[in-house]
Amino acid sequence: MAASVAPSAAASAAAGKLTVGYLPKDIVNQYFAAAKTGVDKAAAETGSKVIQVGPNEAKADLQIPFITDLTTQKVSAIIISADGKDEVAPALKAAMAAGIKVVGFDSSPAVGAYNVFVNQVDFSGVGVNLSDWACELAPSCTGDIAILSAAATATNQNAWIDLMKTTLKLDKYKGLKLVDTVYGNDDSTVSTTQAQGLLTKYPNLKVIVAPTTVGILAAAQVVKQAGKSATVKVTGLGFPNDMKPFVKDGTSPVFGLWSVPDLGYLSYMVAAKLVSGEITGKEGESFTVKGLNGDKPYTIGKDGVVILGPAFRFDKTNVDNFNF
Amino acid sequence: MAESGVTATVGAGRTRGHWLSTLARQRELSLVAIMFVLGGLVSVTAPQFLTVSNLSQVAVLASIVAVAAVGEALVMITRNIDLSVEAMIGLVAYCVAIVLERHALDAPAAIALGIGLGLVLGMINGAVVTLLKVPAIVATLGTLSIFRGVDYLIAGSHQVPLAGLPPGFTDPARDSILGIPVFVLVTLLVVVIGSVVLRSTRFGRQVYAVGSNPEAAAILGIPSRLVVFAAFSLCGLLAGVAGILWVMEFGTINGTSATGTVLSIVAAVVVGGVSTLGGTGTLAGAAIGALFLGFIANALILVGLSQFWLQAIYGVVILVAISADAIILRRIQRATAEGRAR
Repeated sequence: MAASVAPSAAASAAAGKLTVGYLPKDIVNQYFAAAKTGVDKAAAETGSKVIQVGPNEAKADLQIPFITDLTTQKVSAIIISADGKDEVAPALKAAMAAGIKVVGFDSSPAVGAYNVFVNQVDFSGVGVNLSDWACELAPSCTGDIAILSAAATATNQNAWIDLMKTTLKLDKYKGLKLVDTVYGNDDSTVSTTQAQGLLTKYPNLKVIVAPTTVGILAAAQVVKQAGKSATVKVTGLGFPNDMKPFVKDGTSPVFGLWSVPDLGYLSYMVAAKLVSGEITGKEGESFTVKGLNGDKPYTIGKDGVVILGPAFRFDKTNVDNFNF
Repeated sequence: MAESGVTATVGAGRTRGHWLSTLARQRELSLVAIMFVLGGLVSVTAPQFLTVSNLSQVAVLASIVAVAAVGEALVMITRNIDLSVEAMIGLVAYCVAIVLERHALDAPAAIALGIGLGLVLGMINGAVVTLLKVPAIVATLGTLSIFRGVDYLIAGSHQVPLAGLPPGFTDPARDSILGIPVFVLVTLLVVVIGSVVLRSTRFGRQVYAVGSNPEAAAILGIPSRLVVFAAFSLCGLLAGVAGILWVMEFGTINGTSATGTVLSIVAAVVVGGVSTLGGTGTLAGAAIGALFLGFIANALILVGLSQFWLQAIYGVVILVAISADAIILRRIQRATAEGRAR
């Protein structure tokens, strides 16, 4: 399981040129490849170097040796999406004790095991977004809707689903009836089987909401395959590249996500500011990143969390402008 | 004297073969019967279960597993196992998808490449097992990792999106001919060709002979190693076909595609009546086994059971199948022993 890693380069850190370890949940997922384009872009602007390491499978026990390796190499900072928030914490704390700045992104390590966590999206906003898109796609905002999620244990998805349920209680959404929530485990086959089950079980289904990139794609394919694109719509969180055909054929006219490259860009900038001492990760500190957030300052919130921004809406007017 | 001994062995083998094929056929019939009973029960709570649209979409998804299961059955009948089948599906799927995305090949050529690549991967398995004499379970555990590793190596974090495939390439996953989904027709074709080969050719009889009694097969002058090599090669070829179907069904392909499917494939084969000890079972049984597991998954969802139950029930079904297998085998042994005594 040993990582193939570049030689140590702590020496150049003093010159503002950093060596930063980028440790995604797994190195196979295109999501993290998209985020890395942002990390690379930010690093290139300062002539810094990014070392990508990580497992082939998103498993915490596989991620830990890479943290240890990066610590041994004395990189300036580690940018990590945690496969398990508690599992990676001891190794990350050891890295911090060795003077390495730790920036979490996408999926947070345990509080105390990072300096700053860059959250991809305003969580409370996603529940409202999902409800709004479902409302928009259901005729006259009425009818049966169902949720196709990732694993039943997925923290992010469960938080969004709960917020969505709260939102749906509002008067504006009273025509929408949430008939079922099913779990596709972020596996193409299981998600497909579950989406097929929804179509069969609920003949009056109007919208499938899938707050997961694997699920939304599976649902769109199942709906299209069943020839029901006209009556059943799919929305949720997905990659523009995956969803382009379904936006155009009307299966999934509206969906969202955040700008994944921007997430990587912001994560690197936060890491660089931590290394330079401009910020320390305390609640209330603020900083600006040129080109992000309309050049307005970001403020570090409770538990050292910075939020990239609201979810971004994709539809036929803009989906072709994105490539991730 | 020696000659008459050999004749006797052959005679016993023939009787046993007859016995077994009858039983195996019963297994397929009983599976179909269980599916009907299950269908009736499920449709009480979920009337949509027994609709053409539901059954056909389940059958389409199950077809991918079924095609791979037919290849796996061939290997298991020779008393071997191929655990690398999911990695072959994944690697073929990615290679086919990427050559299409890069416009390196047109669709027919890419399909030919996929089948050819599957065949080559299967031949590698066959060579490791027969030439290096590594037990199949160990050898294919190794190639599982190697093939998947190559897949990661080629794919990196790239994912071929649906839009990267030529327009219409994924249509076969949706299309029907005379009301029968194309995927189901492909499965039928594979099962029919495979069954004819197994039943009516010398190679087919050798496959069963090698699996039921390797020592006797060797005495009879059957080229066991060649037969096993051919079985692995054909398993690879069918994994290639399954890989192409995977691309058509899911459209979006990355280095992890088809991870974990070996469990459903082996389960389908065993549930379909192929003994883990080799020598018995049919290809049709394996395909029906795949369909059976697909229907169970669908039925459990429709009656409202959660995904957690699905996992557990899967396990129960496999255990029941294997237990039945053991009981049947014991009966056969008793029957043949009695036959010999007479």
